[in-house]
Amino acid sequence: MSEPILEVKDLTKYFKTKSGTLHAVDGINFTIEKGKTLGLVGESGCGKSTTGRTILRLLEPTSGQVIFEGKDISTLSKHELRKARKDMQFIFQDPYSSLDPRMTVAELIAEPIEFNKILTDKKEIEERVAELMYTVGLAPRLFNSYPHELDGGRRQRIGVARALATNPKFIICDEPVSALDVSIQAQILNLLKELQQKMDLTYIFITHDLSVVNHFSDDIAVMYLGQIVEKAPSVELFEHPMHPYTQALLSAIPIPDLKAKKERILIKGEITSPIDPPQECRFYKRCNYTCEECRKNQKLVEISPNHFVACQRAMELNLGNL
Amino acid sequence: MEERKYDAAELKQYKKRSRMAEIWRNYKKNPSAMVGLFIVILLIIVTLVAQIVYDYDADIVTQAIRDRFIKPGSAGHLFGTDQYGRDEFTRIVYGAKYSLSIGFISISISCVLGIFLGLVAGYYGGLIENLILRFCEIFVGIPSLLMGVALMSAFGQGLGVLMLAIGIVYTPLFARTTRAAVLPVRDAEYIEAAKIAGLGDFAIMFKHVLPNSLAPIIVRATMGIASGILTASSLSFLGIGVPIPTPEWGAMLSEGREYIRDYGYLTLFPGLAIMVTILSFNLMGDGLRDALDPKLKK
Repeated sequence: MSEPILEVKDLTKYFKTKSGTLHAVDGINFTIEKGKTLGLVGESGCGKSTTGRTILRLLEPTSGQVIFEGKDISTLSKHELRKARKDMQFIFQDPYSSLDPRMTVAELIAEPIEFNKILTDKKEIEERVAELMYTVGLAPRLFNSYPHELDGGRRQRIGVARALATNPKFIICDEPVSALDVSIQAQILNLLKELQQKMDLTYIFITHDLSVVNHFSDDIAVMYLGQIVEKAPSVELFEHPMHPYTQALLSAIPIPDLKAKKERILIKGEITSPIDPPQECRFYKRCNYTCEECRKNQKLVEISPNHFVACQRAMELNLGNL
Repeated sequence: MEERKYDAAELKQYKKRSRMAEIWRNYKKNPSAMVGLFIVILLIIVTLVAQIVYDYDADIVTQAIRDRFIKPGSAGHLFGTDQYGRDEFTRIVYGAKYSLSIGFISISISCVLGIFLGLVAGYYGGLIENLILRFCEIFVGIPSLLMGVALMSAFGQGLGVLMLAIGIVYTPLFARTTRAAVLPVRDAEYIEAAKIAGLGDFAIMFKHVLPNSLAPIIVRATMGIASGILTASSLSFLGIGVPIPTPEWGAMLSEGREYIRDYGYLTLFPGLAIMVTILSFNLMGDGLRDALDPKLKK
């Protein structure tokens, strides 16, 4: 086991709304080792993106710690934070809105280099931009194009190049392919994978697409309503999903085979409101296997090596045939 | 990582088309904007030439009672003469400098102040935004003419004071326009992306927020030049702007007002001059707005 590069401890993000406190991220814990990928999956509104943003302090955490290479990110001053972000980058979901429409490709990629003072000489910056464009597979003729002249895949490549510009160690990918066509999704995923191997990058890969995350991640954490309900190595999670929610989620993956018959587990009801949720298992209202004990808050418990589940009936039910 | 060197020649080939050239290329496509630009340039040239050709004392303010009320089109007097026998054409051409400089300078003052206030208010939000906006609302609540009158009587008469007064009067409008334009930009994802890229607040404000919210400000500024000229004229009309006998168009308009029934051309020509100036600034502003937006590019 190598060193953990990032450690998230009891990370919490609440939003104050008119009707109460919205628990977007509620006491999340995980660690990532260097060079690995953690997939963060869950349905819309479960707090995946908020988690990613809170780790980089694009949103200020309500409480909890984010420890990156031994440094506590959550207590850094504004100035120190800007320095720290050199090593921690972010790839945005929507390449249509995350690039300033008034800047050319070259200016966009040069921006992080200039402002982090990695290079100061104009000529050197230009060369570095050209090199980055080559790395992410952008043709040099796009040097002075504007983002709106390009398709989604090329735009996302700009986003990747920007993230790489500061030579980071760790990148949070916030649904980097969900806004793209399927054929282009594969290209970007392959690019990210390739870069990871070449540059020894660590990723948090946020997505709602389970078939993507399976191929991409070493570990997967399943989120539901601001909490992690199950966390395990990818293979383990797909073979032995122990939490009732993970079960239902996995059963919803379409199989590209007409003859394949598959039993879908249907979840009743709608997602519970994240505003002032009751102190019980977050999945209580929708779970098919509830009992009295489920009215208590559930903690993540390690049921087999590296496999954590936040359901006290997990072993008893043994949904994943462990 | 595999290295591939780019030779300079290959990059040069895709050298950046400069931003100004780009804007100009788009601007040229708009005929009405070109007309506006043409008239504005013409006005500026005429103003400059007039300073050389005419002598203020001899041609502009010297009375020649014998020649009063000569009809427009007569020999040597294209626009006729006024009640003191001064050539109307000469005075209008010479007077362009007052209107133009008042328009430009006063709106520049309010642009700089207003954009800064609006940017800060819109970007930071919260308490700062509330303070700035409430402050602006107090100012907007006072009619601009009344405000101008108050400032002019406080600071005294004169061209410089007039510009400053009009500048202050229009500042809240620019602050509010800027803040409104900033709001949708502030929450855009590329602002977050800029934070991640290591930019500080002020760098983000001036590099990303301002350029992306500039379009409505430019339109407001052109209208502002027009309103600035009008406010200056109104103040001159009331006798507290530019003092008579300066050939400021507004002042000429009000002087001519007394003779409007018999010698309508004395109000017609200064009025036309103001109208054409305002119209061409507006055409220019519209054209600039379209040219500045790369998304409209064909």
